[in-house]
Amino acid sequence: MEMQLPIASLAGLTSCHSCQLLLHRPPDGAAHAECPRCGATLHMRKPRSLARTWAFLVASVIFYFPAMALPIMTTTTFQGTRHDTILSGIYYLLTTGMWPLAAIVFFASVVVPILKIIILIMLVFTVQRGSDWRRRDRTRLYRLTEAVGRWSMVDIYVVTILVALVRLQGLAFIEAEPGAVFFACVVVLTMFAAKSFDPRLIWDKQER
Amino acid sequence: MRFCVTPIGPQGQHTEDHLVKSKFIACHECDLLHHVRVIPDGGSARCIRCAALLYRRKDNSIDQVLALTITGLILFALANAFPMLTMRLDANFQETTLLTGVFQLWKQGLPGLAVLVLLTSVLLPLLKLLLLAYILLPLRLGMVPPATGPVFRLVLALQPWAMMEVFLLGVLVAMVKLSSTAEIIVGLAMYAFGFLILVLAGITASLDPNTVWERLEVR
Repeated sequence: MEMQLPIASLAGLTSCHSCQLLLHRPPDGAAHAECPRCGATLHMRKPRSLARTWAFLVASVIFYFPAMALPIMTTTTFQGTRHDTILSGIYYLLTTGMWPLAAIVFFASVVVPILKIIILIMLVFTVQRGSDWRRRDRTRLYRLTEAVGRWSMVDIYVVTILVALVRLQGLAFIEAEPGAVFFACVVVLTMFAAKSFDPRLIWDKQER
Repeated sequence: MRFCVTPIGPQGQHTEDHLVKSKFIACHECDLLHHVRVIPDGGSARCIRCAALLYRRKDNSIDQVLALTITGLILFALANAFPMLTMRLDANFQETTLLTGVFQLWKQGLPGLAVLVLLTSVLLPLLKLLLLAYILLPLRLGMVPPATGPVFRLVLALQPWAMMEVFLLGVLVAMVKLSSTAEIIVGLAMYAFGFLILVLAGITASLDPNTVWERLEVR
């Protein structure tokens, strides 16, 4: 494509991140420029987008291992004590014949966080290499990652409800375990990672 | 309905003005400039290069969202005032409200997790509803409330962190998990909660941020 497309940053324009008002680019070195309409701080691109995204990604990968390995809850009944990790909880649903539910939880708790981390690493990596490979599809992947991430919280809420309901001393008692904390950290960190990434970086190189 | 908009040509890039008036919009995902065209009510415009949503048109967005917000606040009160689920195991009953789980997590020595659940499933959704009411009620009456810019920015930023619908899925999963060992009685709050999720989804679908931003003056 040789046609010169009208790109805001090349035309000396920038749009407000919050209200999308199109403005002339603040002069280089301007310490603090504010949107004249909504008051948001103006940036050409999200500040230090790649470094931030990397930092959140590395942190979420580190937290991922204890999140999967440690139990997220302990069930004590008169029959004994049972420790559940994310995966054993899904396996339990599967063996008790509730496979549609097992599939939903497996997707939300296992597939989504891993895919999210892999996709974001791929996006940051290709941007750093200045790749022009399938920009449109990469932007779509980013949009998807941003939209589905929150559903991974579902296991945290399951634990919250179980802990609230099952506390009949002597009969049945469920306690939350540190695995749940690590897992919540993974979800929150990947959400921050997705927020920090600026999809416009995918398109920037082409225009120079 | 989806509409594509044509990007402006290289010749039409600047105006004499300090501001490039709302005639143009830059895609927030790929930075391509587009002409803002009039689209039919209920329509939306997408970027021709990356297909990101550029803008929508909802003529009575403020009315709809305000009505849903007030409904949502009432349902929110109901969802918190009554027991949500009751578990019966033989002669033992255990009642729970929205907040019981938060207290339990705190008591069991996981305060961070308790705070996260409290924020994402109770406080942030409530804050979002209250702030929407704060902005939309005066706007509906023809006034612009103070600090609309920062407040509405906060509302939009809260969007991903208010996770009530995810919480509802969690409740359903927990109910199914327990259904083989104990009887679960669904309380009034649970129904209020279910409707609240629909109302919140309605707010997301009807909210056209532009109708609020357009009411603000450009300084």
